[in-house]
Formats: sequence, C-alpha cells, structure tokens
Amino acid sequence: MHSRKPFYIFVFLLFVAGISASIYRGIEHKVPFLPGEQVQSWAIDAKVSFSGRNAPAEVSFSLPNDPAFDILVENATSPGYGLTITDDISRRAIWSIREARGPQSLFYRVTLVPTGKLSITTDEQPAVPQEYLWPATEKSAADQIVDEVWGRSATNLSFASQLMSLINDDNQSQNMALLLSTNTSTNLFLQMLLTKGVPARIVSGLKLEDQRRRQQLSNYVQVYQDGEWHLFDVVNNKQGRDNTLLLWEYNDGSVLDVMGATNSQVNFSMLQETRSALATSIDMLITNDALDFSLYQLPLEEQSLFKGILLIPIGVLVVVFLRVIVGIKTSGTFMPVLIAMAFIQTTLLTGLIGFLLIVAFGLMIRSWLSTLNLLLISRISAVIIVVIFIIGLFTLISSKLGLSEGMTVTFFPMIILAWTIERMSILWEEEGPKKVFVSGGGSLFVATIAYLAMSSSLVQHWVFNFLGVHLIILGLVLVMGQYTGYRLTELKRFKPLVGEK
Amino acid sequence: MKYAWPWELKRSGVLNMNKRNISYIGRYNPRKFYKRVDDKLITKQLALANNIAVPDLIGVVQEQHTIEEIPAMVADRTGFVIKPAKGSGGKGILVITRVEQGRYYKANGQEVTPNEIYRHVSNTLSGLFSLGGKPDVAIVEGLIEFDPIFNGVSYEGVPDIRLIVFKGFPVMGMLRCSTAASDGKANLHQGAVGVGLDIATGKSLHAVQFDVPVDKHPDTHFPLSNIQVPHWETLLHTASSAYEMCELGYLGTDMVLDKKRGPLLLELNARPGLTIQIANGKGILPRLKHVESLKGPKMSVEQRVEYAKKHFCG
Repeated sequence: MHSRKPFYIFVFLLFVAGISASIYRGIEHKVPFLPGEQVQSWAIDAKVSFSGRNAPAEVSFSLPNDPAFDILVENATSPGYGLTITDDISRRAIWSIREARGPQSLFYRVTLVPTGKLSITTDEQPAVPQEYLWPATEKSAADQIVDEVWGRSATNLSFASQLMSLINDDNQSQNMALLLSTNTSTNLFLQMLLTKGVPARIVSGLKLEDQRRRQQLSNYVQVYQDGEWHLFDVVNNKQGRDNTLLLWEYNDGSVLDVMGATNSQVNFSMLQETRSALATSIDMLITNDALDFSLYQLPLEEQSLFKGILLIPIGVLVVVFLRVIVGIKTSGTFMPVLIAMAFIQTTLLTGLIGFLLIVAFGLMIRSWLSTLNLLLISRISAVIIVVIFIIGLFTLISSKLGLSEGMTVTFFPMIILAWTIERMSILWEEEGPKKVFVSGGGSLFVATIAYLAMSSSLVQHWVFNFLGVHLIILGLVLVMGQYTGYRLTELKRFKPLVGEK
Repeated sequence: MKYAWPWELKRSGVLNMNKRNISYIGRYNPRKFYKRVDDKLITKQLALANNIAVPDLIGVVQEQHTIEEIPAMVADRTGFVIKPAKGSGGKGILVITRVEQGRYYKANGQEVTPNEIYRHVSNTLSGLFSLGGKPDVAIVEGLIEFDPIFNGVSYEGVPDIRLIVFKGFPVMGMLRCSTAASDGKANLHQGAVGVGLDIATGKSLHAVQFDVPVDKHPDTHFPLSNIQVPHWETLLHTASSAYEMCELGYLGTDMVLDKKRGPLLLELNARPGLTIQIANGKGILPRLKHVESLKGPKMSVEQRVEYAKKHFCG
C-alpha cells in the first residue's frame, strides 16, 4: 500500500492552483466574477486646433496617464501629420508636418475605464521648491496671512486646507481681498504654499460629465505629503478627488505645446458608455498584450467550440457525484453528459420529448431488426441509419407544423442514441420493461441535472473565463475517487442490516 | 425510517460499494489476474488443472460461421447452457433445460428456436454481453442436474452457492435460488432469493429477495429458514482453494451441487456483489478486517477452512 500523502498534496496543489489562478484572473485581469456585470467607461475626444503659418509645425500634446483610469482604446487621427507617441517622463503625442496652412484640427480619442485607484503616490521625495517672490505691493499682505496660518497648522496638508478655506472665505480680510484682486485663487494658493517651502504644483484635470462638448481643462493644485500628492480644487473649495475627475497632466509639463503655429487651443468632448465588464476586460487584455492563457486569442469559431467542450467537465463532475456519492445507476457511464450537451442546444423540454420519441421509435424498429438475426455491428449500423431517418422525419414534421423547437432534435448525438436504443432493447429482452424504465429514467435524470448545471449562465461564464476552475473540478473528481463512504442509495439498501440490532 | 444513518451502517460493519472497490478489489485483486476470472474459459481450464470439479464443457463457439454447429454439438444432450466467456452479472446466459426432437425449451417451458439461439450466440461473439463490448466466445456447457435435496428451494433453475473468499478464507456465504422473477437465473439483482449461510455449518440464517427480507420462497412457498446445504465441507475447500488458483484476494466463488458429481465450480467473480450482507443480515467488514489483521505463516487450505469455521460462524 503506497502512502496516500503525495496524492493529497497533489490534490491540494490542484485546488490552490485552481483557486489562485481564478482569483488572479478576477483581480488582476478584471474578469468579472459574475456574468452580465457592467462597467462605466468614458469616451473622450480631444480636439487640438491651431492656425498654420505656411511653415513647419510641431504639436506636442500630453496624454492622460492617471492611475484612476485604465486606457481601453486610444487612437489619434491627423491626416497628413507624422505622429509619434513618446513615453519617457510623461506620455505625449507629437504631431509634425512640413507645412501647415490655415486652420488645422488634430484629434485624439481615448476610452477610459475607472479603476478606483484615486491616490497618486510617488517614491521620490520632491525637491524643496523655490520660494515664490511676491511683488513688493503684495508681500506684506501675503506674509501676514501665510505666517498666521502656518502658526495654526501642523502639517503640509492642514496648512493647505486652512489656506484654501481662507481663500474661499466669504468674509475676507482686506489682505486677502487685495491679493485676490491681482491673482487667481488657484495661483494665489500655490504661491502661498511655495512661500513656506511646501512642495506643490499645478495640474490640469478634466471634469467628466456625460455628453459634454467643448470642455476645457481646469487647474488644480497638488500638495505633497508623506509620499502622496493630495489634490485641492481651490475654485470649488474642495479637497480630494472622485472618479469623475481625470488628471490629464500632472508632471509639471504643459498640456499643449505648439511650434510654428498660432491660436492653438484644445477642446474636449466626452460621452459616458455602459459596457459589459467582460468585454471591457477582454479589450483591456488585448490592448496590454496580456492574453496569456486566455481562450480569447483563439479564432471565434474555436472559441464557440471550446465554450461547449469546457462544459463537459461540469457534466462529468455531476455524473461522478451522482454515481459515487448518490449512487444513481445510468445506462452508459457518460451517455448522460452527451445527452445533456444536446439538451443545451434543444432546450430541456424539447430535448426530453425528442429523446423519448426517438428512443421509443428506435426501440420499435430495433425489435423488428432483432427478428432478422443480424450481426451486432451491422444491427447497430442499421439502428444509426434508422435514427437518422427518425430525426429527419421529426424535423420535417415539426417544420411543416411550424414548430421550430422540433427542428433542434438534429443536435442529438446519433451514435449515442443508437447505442442507447441497442442497450435498452437488450435490457428489455433480458430483464423486462421495468429495468428499462429504471435505467433509462436514471440516465435522463442525471442528464437533466447535468443540463441544469451546464446551462447556468454563471457556470458557463466561469468555465470559459476562469480556466482555473477546471483544476478545481479535476481535484474534486480525484477526491471523489477516494470516497469510501456509503452512497446515499446504500443508506436505504442496507437499512435491513441495522434494523435488528 | 426508510434510511439508515451512515454511522449506524458503519457500526454494523456494512461494506459499501465505494469501499469495496477502493479498499478491497483495488487493493487485493491485481489487474493482471482478472482475466482468470473474467474469461470463464480460462477459469475452467485453471480449475481442471487444479483438480477442481467444473460443469462439463460441450464445446466453444469462437467464430460466427461455426454457430450452426451448435445443434450437432448438443444432439445427445437433454439440456445445455450457453454462456458468454466474458459475460458479467449473469447477462447472456441461455439455459435450455429440455431438448426434444431438435426443439429447445427453457426452464419455464418457453420454446427457443434455433434461429433465436444463433442470434444469441452471434450477439455473444460480437461482445454484446462482455465487459466493455469486447469480442467474445460462447461456451456451451452441460446442464447441471441439480441435487434433488434442493427441490422446492429454487424455482425453474439451479440454486448456487456463493462464497466470498478473502485472502483464501471463506468469510461469508449464501445460497442463491432462482425465482419466477429471475427467469431461472440465480442472480440476486434479477430477483433471485439470497439465503445467508452459516460458514461453520452450512445452515441457512436469513433470506432476502430484492434486498428485502423474506422467510419463504416467493414461488414455491418453501420455508427458507431451515435449509442445510450438503457437502458443506467440500464447498468450503473448493472455494478456499480457488484463491491459490486465481490469486485474487477478494473473490466471489459460485458453486452448484450436481446430483452425481457433487459440488462444481461454476464461475469466479472478481467483483462480488454486496447483497450477500443483506442475505446474512450482517456486515462483512468485521470479518474482512479480522482476516487483514492475521499475521504469522501462510496457512494451508485446510487450516484456513478450519479457522474460518471457528471464527466466522453465525
């Protein structure tokens, strides 16, 4: 007797591998755990326009690189322009043309999916900024406010938020009113932070609202503290961000640089879209070239084939469970799985009726064939051909009657049907009709359970998108192969053995 | 309560299908020896080589074109049995109890035409009854003239004695009696009556049909509570020596009592059923565990039979 230990370790590894592969797929590749899950995505069009001066022009436009949004698809349209996308410090699109004449429009379109990662962290300690030099007229007013607030605050962050609320205070002091008359509130906020050496920077963000056109980027201020850049919306007196704000540029660069042209500007329009979460994650994988171990890299035809094949493990699992743990007898070990596969095409009720009709007709014909005294192989072959006739006949009749359901009986596996008919007919001759109904009923029952399991959209979603599930099924089947306990039906069968004691 | 709790069955030592398959058949029956029991022709040859009595062989049909030689084969017989060499569960066994002027009759008086016999043998050769549908041969055997001592115990068929032999020890036994429901066959799942037997004495203990206890034969109304199987000692010896013959640790031996020749080994079974426990009203597991726990030198057939009679009675 070998030690069972390696076996259990192997099964345990199967479970671990299966579960972790599935979780990895769900978390890392964002394949939704439930079918039909939906996500919101944003389609954003940026239109860069400028007037050419009949001279070479180069446009450098920053592209979004915000951890709060994943890029699903992006493309740039620019007839006649050379386009390069650089990726060194920040992502930028650079359009160039030898001669730009008259008004020009360049388009950049991107589809973004919110990720929920709203914080912007950095490993680098930003350099202490250069102190802002106030004009002489403002210096004393500014110093007064800054020193006062500085004294009341503990950290960069509390300093910044108190400054912001002071700037937005309705009852402004004279000093503040003076400073705001010459500065925008955002700039004033930044300058005051820099006065005290607090690392801060202006960033450009886009407020996402459904069906907005001709939008501009707005300026926000980021304040550094403890490895994270915190966002301040000074104009609206708001600290922090939500997932409707896209940071377009936040690396101290400019949004748009145009050389050799005038009147440059950029407009944004956006649209909110609802997409299937699954389709989104697939698109994302294609964009990131991360389709490793996914069936989505197969051609569509093979994909749909695999969608069927990958259901078989579920059916097999059901059969193993019902035979080993419950103890239901079926005719032919895996015949019920194949019947269940056919039920998926025909739907359950049509499938059951069609199956019973075909087997009943087949049995009648088979009983006539049995009087002919044929060799087994040719008798089975004859039954196969007859089954095809029967299926053809049923399809024709139901088509004439306008019953489209009836036509799906063509999905039944004919060889299996022929063997079923042969086995049942032998069973009938040997052990009588009762056994035929018991064994046939058992098979149909198992097939129905297998069908119900296999037709669940959750199951179909899982077996195709989370291949790790199959490792788990393999583990389960192996474990059930070790089950030495009583079957459910045996509890009844052996009941007389306990009654007496 | 129609269902037993699993722990109740466990306490009664009831062996179940999964445990039988994994812990006994899988562990004690080496695959390579299966053909010795799965092919009844090989079993027969092995038995003859080991001086174990078997029903006499009339002939073997191996090819489709020799099927029609069967009537000539059985011409001087009063009855015969055709069985597939690799059949299982009693499938494909055709018993002709009466041959009159070239016409064949089953035990229930129903006539079987030569054509039906040909078809049956043809099916057998094609593998319809064999495990896994493999091509097979048909064995034609002499009909057993069963011991009149069993008159009334069985209806239209030969009662046979099934003994479970574990590592050479006969651990549990039963008498299987055919009924109208089982069509002259002694297979319990086809409706035969199983009568549990005391290993020590060969006396009946308890009887079941279709897994339900009975005390009279359903057709003959013969009381089943007080049967004494004759030649019990020989039966135990035959069964026990079958272990050396086929080297399968967990074995079912099927034997019959012939009027003239005494106990004959009918067939061996590497996957004996579990109903024997119901027929005995007792779980087999304690006895199997007992044998498994035995240590010491290998015992001879006689020693094993003596040991079994002492420890596995009642």
